[in-house]
Amino acid sequence: MDAPSPALIPPNVAAWFRSRGWAPHPHQVAMVEAAERGESALLIAPTGGGKTLAGFLPSLIELAERPREGLHTLYISPLKALAVDIQRNLEQPIAEMRLPIRAETRTGDTPEAKRKRQRTHPPHMLMTTPESLALLLSYTDADRLFRNLRCVIIDELHALAGTKRGDLLALGLARLSRLAPAARRVGLSATVAEPERLLAWLSRRGRYDGTPADDVRLVLGRSGAQAEVEILTSQERVPWAGHMAMHAMKEIYERVRRQRTTLLFVNTRAQAELVFQALWRVNDDNLPIALHHGSLAVEQRRKVEGAMARGELRAVVATSSLDLGIDWAAVDLVVQIGAPKGSSRLVQRIGRANHRLDEPSRALLVPANRFEVLECRAALEAVHDHTLDGEAPRPGGLDVLAQHLLGMACAAPFLPDELYEEVVSAAPYAAMTRDEFDDVLDFVATGGYALGAYDRFQRLKLREDGRMAVAGPAVARQYRMNVGTITQEALLRVRLNRGPVLGEVEEYFIQGLTPGDTFLFAGQLLKFLGVREMEAQVAKGGTGDPKVPAYAGGRLPLTTHLAERVRAMLADPRQWDGLPEDVQEWLRLQRYRSVLPNRDGLLVETFPKAGKRFLVAYAFEGRNAHQTLGMLLTRRMERFGLGPLGFVATDYVLAVWSLRSPQDMGTDMDALFDQDMLGDDLEAWMDESSMLRRTFRNVALIAGVIDRRHPGQEKTGRQVTFSSDLIYDVLRKHDPGHVLLRATRADAAGGLTDIRRLSDFLARVRGRITHKDLDRISPLAVPVILEIGRERVEGSATDELLAAAEAELLAEAMPELATPKAASSKRAEPQQGRLIL
Amino acid sequence: MTMTGTMTQTASRAALTLCGADLLADPSGALLWPAESILAVADLHLEKGSAFAARGRMLPPYDTRATLDRLADLIAMARPARVLCLGDSFHDRRAAERMDPADVERLRGLTAAVADWVWISGNHDPEPPQGLGGRVVAELSLGPLTFRHEAQPGAVGELSGHLHPAAAVALAGRRVRERCFAHDGAKLILPAFGSFTGGLNVLDAAFDGLLAPGFEVLMTARGRVYRFPCDRLSPDRAR
Repeated sequence: MDAPSPALIPPNVAAWFRSRGWAPHPHQVAMVEAAERGESALLIAPTGGGKTLAGFLPSLIELAERPREGLHTLYISPLKALAVDIQRNLEQPIAEMRLPIRAETRTGDTPEAKRKRQRTHPPHMLMTTPESLALLLSYTDADRLFRNLRCVIIDELHALAGTKRGDLLALGLARLSRLAPAARRVGLSATVAEPERLLAWLSRRGRYDGTPADDVRLVLGRSGAQAEVEILTSQERVPWAGHMAMHAMKEIYERVRRQRTTLLFVNTRAQAELVFQALWRVNDDNLPIALHHGSLAVEQRRKVEGAMARGELRAVVATSSLDLGIDWAAVDLVVQIGAPKGSSRLVQRIGRANHRLDEPSRALLVPANRFEVLECRAALEAVHDHTLDGEAPRPGGLDVLAQHLLGMACAAPFLPDELYEEVVSAAPYAAMTRDEFDDVLDFVATGGYALGAYDRFQRLKLREDGRMAVAGPAVARQYRMNVGTITQEALLRVRLNRGPVLGEVEEYFIQGLTPGDTFLFAGQLLKFLGVREMEAQVAKGGTGDPKVPAYAGGRLPLTTHLAERVRAMLADPRQWDGLPEDVQEWLRLQRYRSVLPNRDGLLVETFPKAGKRFLVAYAFEGRNAHQTLGMLLTRRMERFGLGPLGFVATDYVLAVWSLRSPQDMGTDMDALFDQDMLGDDLEAWMDESSMLRRTFRNVALIAGVIDRRHPGQEKTGRQVTFSSDLIYDVLRKHDPGHVLLRATRADAAGGLTDIRRLSDFLARVRGRITHKDLDRISPLAVPVILEIGRERVEGSATDELLAAAEAELLAEAMPELATPKAASSKRAEPQQGRLIL
Repeated sequence: MTMTGTMTQTASRAALTLCGADLLADPSGALLWPAESILAVADLHLEKGSAFAARGRMLPPYDTRATLDRLADLIAMARPARVLCLGDSFHDRRAAERMDPADVERLRGLTAAVADWVWISGNHDPEPPQGLGGRVVAELSLGPLTFRHEAQPGAVGELSGHLHPAAAVALAGRRVRERCFAHDGAKLILPAFGSFTGGLNVLDAAFDGLLAPGFEVLMTARGRVYRFPCDRLSPDRAR
């Protein structure tokens, strides 16, 4: 390790490092150096490299040498828990070096009195979240509080940039730079594919076009030893379909037995529950194995984290709830169950194994089905090649900007010209035109409706000096009640027999249960008793097949980068060496019976099965894009007279079944997959789509058109639910160009509909479609066909479901008239976004 | 009064009998009484959007227009001799002042085109605005039936609005919640017709003592009406 420059590291700090038996890392010195010159900096380093200390070190030095009062350093983390953790970790060096520094946290949990005091007598260092920062900036005393700020540290920047929370934070930073022009920005990030994007995000010059930001210094932490990643070669046959890897539980358990501590990552909370159960079934040695996911009660999670930190656990089954932050003692092995879906994610998860940089991290990938074998292999190669997923930056959300503009008006009356300049200095909004800005401002002020009916109800008023000001204190109150961009499904607490709270599940899941139903939660089989006092009451035990919690979200689609690797691997038999024998045989059979999907084009197979015609498209564009493709394709098939009956989408393929096959009707594949499906069909589908409705609800919440539901508010008086769907329907018909709808469509282009990716795909395969008409199912098609009935197609066909229920009742009442039951696997959307009437 | 040809039973409508009167529940949320050529709707809540806007929630200002569009379509199709609006037609006392002039004209045209347009007063509009056509009554009795805004416990042959009934059914682990008509053979509560009117679950305490045990709902969803007995319904929140 280089000897630290004595000029940079003052003696008492150097002495402290020595007392710990450490020497400052070169990247820590580089951060001090950047700070000395007043430069902003981005530090990219793997977890455990003293990254946080590197971020704070310059501030510690500055305050040690020139003690002062007032807020000096602001630390922003995506997680409340992380802010608390960091504050605790800083206490030690501050105490040991006897530095005159007060460090405090401020989150939604901070008591009111302390929050007030923090504004009048701020600590030197404040640890907070993007939402709390937005609130602080909206107070009329924000100027006084932040005027002498010297440094803003943004932790886990990779997890914030490119999200709506990141947009809100970027706008907050733009404001901070105006209040405190001297403040440096410091970003801390895990390894990412394209650091340039994070540099641009941190820059004060608001460019997002890929040109390198010249006002932010890039500091790279020493990367650790090359990770040792292996794919589990099961003695069992690799399953054709499914996501739970139940076949490999015994083998996973054996690995757990051989290590001190193992972290088992899964992709969804439902998977976590099942894997946890399965491991305990084979846990003959009664090893302490715990469960950790975002729905469990906080106390429960803290307990697990504590036990893990003390080294009392042998294994923890976890979801992405453990992806970020909190350090704990050494982990010997990381097991990824199910395919990792992206190489960046895998690298970050592997990084959780072993926080000692000089030893390699060890990881085991457990594919749950045959396609996942290919995907795991692709991910492993990506890790070896150090290639990560890069996602193109998307422009900042208009809904987030609307919220921010209102917050800025709450702080002080503003000149629109000045605020526009400030907003476009935030990277996500760099490309925003003045017209767009004015539209959003108009929305904030009067609703921005074409009808112009609300001029007399404005929330912002134009004063004579040309500044916009909030119309009254009620506006500011409303803003503060609704700040933030995190929108989530309503949650219900799960309570065991009026005893302890086990955690929270989405309300709609509970609403789909009838008393007596069973489900897996918090690692046990529970019987649903009913909802009382806004809580789901459950008892242990029960019989029958559990309904596993079908939690919303949590399932990330396969990244473009991994998809490309999987396609390349499939197309090239030379790359099959080392795949399990049954997988190789599967691919050889596919080549013999049909053809292999090629690298750049699209293979479409058609075949008859059980009286229906199947069409399987090997698109490899991820579940969300396939879902959208399925909706659009079935619409078109309907028009072509093919009689589509249903479809199922996986991360790899789309299968559609219909009464007639395309060739029966003289339809060729080029026409079926023509890009113009993204025109009218898309419009028509999007208008009805439940995904768009959900997206709209979130946009309306963030933009402040509907209020958030706060706990305890729901039961006040007679309550009538007022669904954001009603607003959506009316707006779409009468004001289709409204800024809220524009924001909704922009969100939908990524996210759940992944239209952007689908559009790239259709362009890529144009004129390159290989159609194989087969007389029976091909080997490669088997997994997706097995998924039918297992997967639910999200759709809007509630009517079928209702008709089925009604028919069932009729049959019960009048068996002689019974009609065959309409099968349906369609799912109804829960109503969200309530207002008190 | 003569029966109008377009007030007939169709696949999408549901028939029910209340105190001997044959009625049709339309999927739009309107109730038809063919024998009297009556079209009844409840809780239009015109100008609810602007009422929210006045309090800082900038809901789209098009709810009045959207509600009138749907009402106009219904009238054109059913050609009723009498239209009954069962109260809370206007969201508040000043709703008419806030209404867009084009919407005012539209509403005047509608009331003028129907032989008898009746505004029954409600708690939101105890004195429905003047100058829009139609007559105002507190309630209206015709044959065996009485139309009023708020249901009264024990009343027989009564049709009302006010409560915005909605019903939810759990189906195969999922849940559907929609507006509905609720009736027990003696009284019927209409769903709210307004574009921005939400629904209150019929299992909510607000309905206690109004409908006899074993009542039935007619749920309106996607252009159809579905019948469910009350024991098949699921509450929004347990009580």
